[in-house]
Amino acid sequence: MPNHPSPPGSLSRRALLTGTAAAAGIGLAGCGSVSGGLSGKTRVKQWNLLAGADGAVMTEMHDQFSSEHSDIELEATTFGWGTPFYTRLVMGASGGNASDIATIHLSRLKSVSPATLLDPITVDELQAHGLDPADFPEKIWEKCFVDDELYAIPIDTHALVNYYNRTMCEQIGALNPDGTLLETTSVEEYFDLLRAAKELTGQYGTSLDTLGGWRQFWAWYRQADGEMTFTDGDYEMDDDKALQAIEVMYRMAEEGLCPTFADGGQCAANFENGSAAFVQVGNWEINRFRAFNEAQGLDFSMTEMPNFFGNRRTQGDCHSYVLPRHNSWDPEVREATIEYASWMLQHSFRWGEGGGHTPAYLPVTEGAEYQALQPNAEYSGVVQNVQFDPDAWFSGSAARLFDETGSIFNQVYGLAMTPDVALATIKERIETLLSLPNPVD
Amino acid sequence: MTVKTEAPAEAPAAMTRPPNPAGAKKKSWTGLWFVLPFAAFYALFLVWPTFLGLYYSFTDKSLTGRPASWIGLDNWTEAFGDERAWSALWNTAEFTLYSTPPLVVLAIVLALLVNRARKLGWFLRMAFFAPFVVPVSVVTMIWIWIYQPDGGLLNHYLQLLGIQDAATPTIWLQGETTAMWSVVITTVWWTLGFNFLLYLAALQTIDPSVYEAASIDGASWWRQLAHLTLPLLKRTTGLVIVLQLIASLRIFDQMYLMTAGGPNRATEVAIHYIYIAGFEGYRIGYASALSYVLFVLILIVSIVQFRLFSRKED
Repeated sequence: MPNHPSPPGSLSRRALLTGTAAAAGIGLAGCGSVSGGLSGKTRVKQWNLLAGADGAVMTEMHDQFSSEHSDIELEATTFGWGTPFYTRLVMGASGGNASDIATIHLSRLKSVSPATLLDPITVDELQAHGLDPADFPEKIWEKCFVDDELYAIPIDTHALVNYYNRTMCEQIGALNPDGTLLETTSVEEYFDLLRAAKELTGQYGTSLDTLGGWRQFWAWYRQADGEMTFTDGDYEMDDDKALQAIEVMYRMAEEGLCPTFADGGQCAANFENGSAAFVQVGNWEINRFRAFNEAQGLDFSMTEMPNFFGNRRTQGDCHSYVLPRHNSWDPEVREATIEYASWMLQHSFRWGEGGGHTPAYLPVTEGAEYQALQPNAEYSGVVQNVQFDPDAWFSGSAARLFDETGSIFNQVYGLAMTPDVALATIKERIETLLSLPNPVD
Repeated sequence: MTVKTEAPAEAPAAMTRPPNPAGAKKKSWTGLWFVLPFAAFYALFLVWPTFLGLYYSFTDKSLTGRPASWIGLDNWTEAFGDERAWSALWNTAEFTLYSTPPLVVLAIVLALLVNRARKLGWFLRMAFFAPFVVPVSVVTMIWIWIYQPDGGLLNHYLQLLGIQDAATPTIWLQGETTAMWSVVITTVWWTLGFNFLLYLAALQTIDPSVYEAASIDGASWWRQLAHLTLPLLKRTTGLVIVLQLIASLRIFDQMYLMTAGGPNRATEVAIHYIYIAGFEGYRIGYASALSYVLFVLILIVSIVQFRLFSRKED
C-alpha cells in the first residue's frame, strides 16, 4: 500500500517514532537507577511499620547510618501500622518486588509465610558483619527460625508498660520516697490508686487504648497463668481466667476509672493533658511524652504493668528485620542490606533510649551505659515478664485474632457488651478463624 | 444498520466529497496509535484482571504464592453460605439506603438555592462543591476529630447546648446505632457537591421562558417547582441516582478509615470483608468469588435502575 501523505498538522511517523524512543529512554534510565543509578551508590530499600513516636527515632538513626555510609543509598518507607503494612509486604513479596529488608513483629513471622515470601538468612553472613547468635537472648533467637531456617534478625523487645504522672502521683501519695511508683499487689489495691487519681483529675484514673484491648487482655490473662493453645482445628483456653481478665476491663470502665473509648492518639493525649494520672500503653510512646514534656512540661516515669494476679507479666512482641523474597539478589545489595541491619543493631542504644524499646542486641543492653539509662532501668523487668501472643497463623500483632478480639474488648470498655457475652463472642470468633483454611501450612 | 444495506449505491460521502483517487474508503491508522496507550492500560489493568479474578474464584489461589489448585465451585458455595458475607452485604445495603436519599434531595435543594442566589452565587457554588475535591484521608481525619467523644467538636457543642451530659459523652464512631449514621453524614457532606453541580448545570439549561409562561398563567413558585422544574430534571435525577447507588454500594474507604468495620462488625461492608478475606486471610480465590457476587449485584441494581428510568422517558 502506498504511503499516505500525512494530513496537515498531524503527527509524522518520524516524529512519533522519535517521541516513542525518547519516552523509552526515560523509562530505561528509570530501570538503571535500581542499582544505584548515576550516583554509583548501592541502593537498599527498607520498608517499616514504625508509624508511631519510635519511627522518628529510626529516621534519625537512618540519617546517621547514611552519613557514615557514603556508598549506600538507604531508601526507607513507612507504611501504616498493622494491616496496611503487612498487606503491602505480602503483596510485594509474592511478586518478588518488595523491599530489600523490612521490619515485622516476630509474632507474625509464621503468618507472613516465610517459606514462600521471605528469603532465609545465613549465620555466616551475619557473622561476616559482626553479628553472632550469642549476641541475642536465646528465647528470642529461637523464635527467628522456621523449619530450621533463619528468617529474622531481632531488633528489640517491646511491651505494654505503665506510665505515671509523677506530679499527680505525689499529690495522691502514690510515690515511694525515691520517686518511683508504689507497688500494688492486687486489682483492688490498684483500683484504689486509680480512684484517688480520678478524684484528682476529675476525669479518669488511667488512660488506655480501648481499641487495643487484646494487649491488656493477654497481659492479665497470662498474669493468672491462662493458657491458649491451638491445635489442628481445635483450641484450649481457660474460660474462668479469661472472664476474670475481661471483668477487670468492664469494672474499670463502669466505675469511670478509664475512658469508655480512646483510640491510640486519644489514649496518649489523655495522659498529656492531665485527664488521667496513668496510661497503660506501649513503651514506644516515650518519645511522644518526652516531646510533650519539653514543650509543655510533663513529669512522668514508667514502670512495669501492675501486679493484678500474682505477678507483673505483660503483653509484648519483638520488632525484627526480615528479607522479603527476591526474584534474584544483587550480591552488592545483599551485602549492603546485611551491613545496614548489623549497623542498626550495633547502634540500638539509641533505639532503646529514644524509642523506649529494649534492644535485643545483648552487647548494647549489657553495657553499663544502657543499664544506667532512666527510665528504661525502671521497667527493664519487662524482658523477663513479656508474654508473646499464642502460636497460630491468625495470631500476633495486628493479626486477625488481635483485630477481631480488639473490637470486642472495645465494646466491653464502652459498656456495650457484658464480660460473659464478650467471652462467648471471642470463642465464636476463634472457632471461625480455626475453621478457615490455614494459608501458610 | 438496515438503512445502509437498502441503498448501497448512493453513498452519502460521494455526494459531498469529490471521489478519492486511492479508493472510496480512506483508512488512516493514526487514530489507533492515539487510542493504543489507553487501550493497552485498560486491557492490562481492567479487562485482564477481571477475567483472571473469575478464574481465581474457582481455585484456592493464595497471596502467599503457594501453588493454586482448581477447586470448582467450593468458593462459591462457601460465599453463599457465609453469614459474615451476607451481613456485610446487608450493611452495604443499609448504608446505600441511608445515604442515597439525602444525597439526591439535598443536592436538588442546594442547586435550587444557588440558582436563585444572584450575588452570592459564586461563593455558594464554591462552598458546596469544595468538600468534594478533598481526598478521603483528609475528610475522614477531620470528621474523626469532630466525632471524638472527649473534646470533639460535635460533643463539645452538644454539651454546650445542654443536650448531652458531659459525664456520658456519645461515642459516635464506635456506637452500635450511631456508627453507620456518622459515616453517612460524613459521606453526604463530602460527596454532595458532585450531585449538586449536576443539578445546577441542569437547572441552568431550562429555558426561562417556560417559567415566564407559567407566571403569566398564575402558577405559584411551588407549582412551578412541582410541575416544571422537577419533571424537567428527571433525566438528571435518573443519572444521579444510578451514579449514587453504584458509589454507595462500593463504599469502603470511609468505613475502613473511620470505624474499621466496628463496633463489632456493625459497619463492616462488602468490600471491607473482601479485603479481609483476600489480604488478611490471604485467600485470593475466595475474595475473588465474593467480589463477583458484589459485582453481579451492582450490575443487577444498575440495570433495573436504568430500565425503570428509560421506560419513564418513553
